[in-house]
Amino acid sequence: MTTYYTKDHEWIRVDGDTGTVGITTYAAGQLGDVVYVELPETGAKFARGDDFAVVESVKAASDVYAPVSGSVLEVNSALTEAPEKVNEAAQGDAWFVRVKLADAGELSDLMDEAAYAAFCEGL
Amino acid sequence: MADTNTETLRRTALHPLHVEYGAKLVPFAGYEMPVQFPDGVKAEHLWTRSEAGLFDVSHMGPSFLTLASGMRRDPAAHEEIAALIETLVPSDIKGLKPGQARLTVLLNAEGGILDDLIITRPYEEDRQGELYIVVNGAMKDQDWGILDSALAGKVVLTRADDGVLFALQGPKAEKVLSAYFPDCAALKFMECRRLELNGETFVVSRCGYTGEDGFEVWGRAAAGTELAGLLLDDPCVRPIGLGARDSLRLEAGLCLYGHDLAPDISPVEADLAWVIQKRRREAGDFPGAARIFRELKDGPARKRVGIRPLERAPAREGTEIFVGGEAVGVVTSGGFGPSIDAPVTMGYVAAAHAVPGTKIDLMVRGKARPAEIASLPFIPARYKR
Repeated sequence: MTTYYTKDHEWIRVDGDTGTVGITTYAAGQLGDVVYVELPETGAKFARGDDFAVVESVKAASDVYAPVSGSVLEVNSALTEAPEKVNEAAQGDAWFVRVKLADAGELSDLMDEAAYAAFCEGL
Repeated sequence: MADTNTETLRRTALHPLHVEYGAKLVPFAGYEMPVQFPDGVKAEHLWTRSEAGLFDVSHMGPSFLTLASGMRRDPAAHEEIAALIETLVPSDIKGLKPGQARLTVLLNAEGGILDDLIITRPYEEDRQGELYIVVNGAMKDQDWGILDSALAGKVVLTRADDGVLFALQGPKAEKVLSAYFPDCAALKFMECRRLELNGETFVVSRCGYTGEDGFEVWGRAAAGTELAGLLLDDPCVRPIGLGARDSLRLEAGLCLYGHDLAPDISPVEADLAWVIQKRRREAGDFPGAARIFRELKDGPARKRVGIRPLERAPAREGTEIFVGGEAVGVVTSGGFGPSIDAPVTMGYVAAAHAVPGTKIDLMVRGKARPAEIASLPFIPARYKR
């Protein structure tokens, strides 16, 4: 399994033709206390770059963008009841959705862990 | 009120303390201000409700308005300056007791609110003919311009925003502040005194913007910075940013100018008719009196209300409000209230739908979310009356 990252601070951990998607620890830190997460319906389809979820802190709402095109296999409904998990385990238990990839070739446009770390360093 | 022009941002005298305590700084009302500290908005909010939070509000507009002929030991001097300011605000300023503060609004000729502000009559006998006036940071140039031109030649306006203004809020505020100002403990809500510390004078008012007991303290820059630093050394006190300031005031049902109050909104619509005391209502001698009397008699077309979303999704400013598919209003402040652990919202709705308990829909991201009109405040105020 390999994890890829976007410039909008989403991650996708890929296993075959499925991927688990969330927001990065860096993004969660920037947002502050997460109080609400809105997830898509299972079966929803989206294109790379579409906003597919919303994460809200005390102060503001932020869109979460699809790192690749695909369809939603499963959503992490635990986040609806316990949105604070995003601050505790953004890159672990607090994943947002599992997706079926539409085009694995899109992954080559994403950053690997080292490239993402360097990207955040420069912000 | 955020602005993005980072080149001309001013810093308050407390800026070095913000940096020392690890603030995340953002542009706000022309200043570089702390939006949060490392504790985060939620923890800062809850800390203020259980301990004491220190807020830098030096970006606001503290000022002193004095008769052109000077202050004197004569209660008639207060009546003179009160008569002047009463041409611009609808509150009973003449009737203020020495040391009493009052929330009021600056009105335009149509009875719309140009700003909300606090006016205080000095307690000290030798300072009659002066008023201590604190206006909103984002509106201070407008407000001071209005005072200067409307009362030209009759008053002297001294801007005091080169000093330090901080708020100490929360149940431990009295205990912490009385170590420096023993006399502050005797003050009641909306009372003010000039108090001395090491030969420096501070203006100490028992008021705030959180719904908690607490104080606002104005002092000169060096002395105010030193005192703020000492207060932050107390283990009961933590620095609080603008993020928690907003969630605290929203839970307390308090208005934010430019959001919940605006030049087209009257005090009656804003549910602030209580700032117009009996003597002024009888006299009807304030700007926009005709509209305000009409709204008091017939009821306003729209009203400011509290709103409780029934799901977890916060509804932000600008969210449209529907009843039975018909648009009836708009959200003017919305977010999350850490103390009630639920989203909290304020807005304006058509008067017919303003009764607490009325079911409404909030249109958030294209989807109708159930909510109901709620009484304000969301949490009971804990002022020391």
